[in-house]
Amino acid sequence: MKRRSFLGLMGAAGAGLAVPASARAGVKDFRGFLETPGVLFDGTRCIGCRKCELACNQVNNLPEPEVPFDNLEILDSRRRTDASTFTVVNKFETANGPVYRKNQCNHCLEPACASSCFVAAFRKNTDSAVDYDDSVCVGCRYCMIACPFEIPTYEYHKVLTPRVMKCTLCGPQMRAGELRLPGCVEICPVEAMIYGPRNELINLANRRFKQFPGRYVERIYGEHEMGGTSWMYISGTPFRQVGLREDLGTKSAPELTAGALAAVPVVVAVWPVLLGGIYAINKRKEKIAAQEQKQAVAAAVAKTKEEAEEKLATSLSKAEEAANRRVDNEVKKAVKEALAKKEEELKAADASKPDEEEGK
Amino acid sequence: MSTETSTDFKSYLTPFNIVTGLIIIAGLIVTVIRFTGGLGAVTNLDDNYPWGIWISFDLLCGVALAAGGYTTAAACYVFGFKKYQSAVRPAVLTAFLGYALVVLALHYDVGRPWRLPYPIFVQQGTTSLLFEVGLCVFLYLTVLFLEFLPTLFEWKGWKKLRDVLVKMTLVLVIFGVVLSTLHQSSLGALYTIAPSKLHPLWYSAYLPVFFFVSSIAAGLSMVIFEGTLSHKYLHRMMDSEYNRNHNDVILGFAKGCSWVLFGYFALKMIGLTYDNNWHYLATGFGVWFLVELLGFVALPAFLFAVGARDNNFPLIKWTAILTVLGIVLNRFNVSLVAFNYHLPSEDRYFPHIMEIIISVFIVTVGIVAFRFISTRMPVFFEHPDYKGQH
Repeated sequence: MKRRSFLGLMGAAGAGLAVPASARAGVKDFRGFLETPGVLFDGTRCIGCRKCELACNQVNNLPEPEVPFDNLEILDSRRRTDASTFTVVNKFETANGPVYRKNQCNHCLEPACASSCFVAAFRKNTDSAVDYDDSVCVGCRYCMIACPFEIPTYEYHKVLTPRVMKCTLCGPQMRAGELRLPGCVEICPVEAMIYGPRNELINLANRRFKQFPGRYVERIYGEHEMGGTSWMYISGTPFRQVGLREDLGTKSAPELTAGALAAVPVVVAVWPVLLGGIYAINKRKEKIAAQEQKQAVAAAVAKTKEEAEEKLATSLSKAEEAANRRVDNEVKKAVKEALAKKEEELKAADASKPDEEEGK
Repeated sequence: MSTETSTDFKSYLTPFNIVTGLIIIAGLIVTVIRFTGGLGAVTNLDDNYPWGIWISFDLLCGVALAAGGYTTAAACYVFGFKKYQSAVRPAVLTAFLGYALVVLALHYDVGRPWRLPYPIFVQQGTTSLLFEVGLCVFLYLTVLFLEFLPTLFEWKGWKKLRDVLVKMTLVLVIFGVVLSTLHQSSLGALYTIAPSKLHPLWYSAYLPVFFFVSSIAAGLSMVIFEGTLSHKYLHRMMDSEYNRNHNDVILGFAKGCSWVLFGYFALKMIGLTYDNNWHYLATGFGVWFLVELLGFVALPAFLFAVGARDNNFPLIKWTAILTVLGIVLNRFNVSLVAFNYHLPSEDRYFPHIMEIIISVFIVTVGIVAFRFISTRMPVFFEHPDYKGQH
């Protein structure tokens, strides 16, 4: 039994045993997808024969390429995956001669495409394949923005049924029992790829580092990148030189957006309370201002009225006093006049009395 | 009862109508090509650039520039600046049309537009920030429609329906602010998933905050800008109440916008410091970043402050245009210029002429719709039957 198929069987067994990823997503100290299968690509073995491209094309019933798969001159130009090519091998010139590196979907443990899709068209399957369901896809292409490895591609020329296209890890074919291994792994003539449980692949890579000192950059690309990927790479040249970015960090896509998503319930909860409060304060301010104005007006009116009444009262009393005084004066005058008259009469009487007395 | 004016029907062959007519015909032709030939037939989009100017301009800029609706409504109804009352209706109408056109534009951009309701009604990708954007835009468009309806009902004379909606104003306004906060910020948050593709000077964990705060500045500036344009071209529709408050609105919004822009500038500096990106300022992208930050944030913040202090209306109006351009520049920088900055220049995207035609077409449809509505319905004036009832 060849080693890769042995590992392949172990991988299949592992997939069966594996708890669905979604069920474990909530576990805090989840140590990560140990038993789920993956592929290890050894860049020191790849000879750039494009057989994997051929197998991929046939397994997935993709259209015939413009340049046949046995033409290796195309390796001189840099290519990327597109809607009819799920995998490409690129040639990189280094000081020690050409180095080849295969590129395809890395089937992230926590895929950016799945995290970013607003209809949940992408799912990380228990057999590690990141599946795409075109029956719900709206075609927004946010998955293509999100993918750090620039893998998903789009059928821009289809009018009614454009799909996002990418490597499936041959998940559908393997689940249907048509394939034991992904097409590219199966066909590789130099065993540059090994399919098996992810932890076994990591152990295998570390064994190779020990076995061949100085041959490898002693690091496994994809073990931690963007939260880890099911497809991993080891290489004899720095990863950057074979088109693998080393600045992606180890945070998975969900971790990158967790902060923004966590803010949603906060805004929903806090904003109405805060804005309602501001509204209430303003309303109350207006109410109080209106009340105060009313009170001020009332007070002013009352004051004016009071003053007016007081004024009226004083002038009334003054008028009364004056009238009284006048009456008094009149009375006094009248009395005085009456008295004077009486006196005169008395005087007149006095003057005539002696005469009368005399006349008696 | 109708308040139609007869001035629009003098002649159909005005320069305005000829230009808009030509744009609309061109737009319709490209529409046919788009929906019979697919996205590839009219766009320069490719696997590296899945999003082009239809997302950058129609969606990101469109939503930001339609922020006048929630900012004006919040200022008037929540914060109690009653003198801005007259600015609410034009702002709400602009926002409603803006969002409706954003949704229209999305029909061109997505691959299967008839599935646009899927994320809400068929299968929800709740981990996606785009889901948040979609849900909020859908709900907010509904809110804006309800906020706009009283204008229509007054025009039609449906008093009872109008009164029911007017009573709901405050709830609608608060709901609108919540939804706007969420989707304005999540448009920025869309890009937080791609730290390796966006240049470090524009990538920040604060992107949602940047987008939200700058949307307030965009909203206030757009109200000033539109108010100025409307004043020039729709003056006959304005009542004395609108005209009396117009200057107050402009001064108040200029002052507010100055504060917001200063705050935004400070936030950007905090972001720069937090990510320790100062060393990038010496690069080409750094110079471009400084042009955006100094020329289109710091400068308008300062000019608005001066304009508001001196009652300098021309200065305020020009500054509003500068601010609007700054927001457009920022959205373009995030979504196109600084996006995929690592790609060689031959792989970079430049919009196809037909993409530009569709964007111009959609803006034109918006202007025509705005003109149609505001020359018929009580937008710039109080309906005589409802004086002082807002």
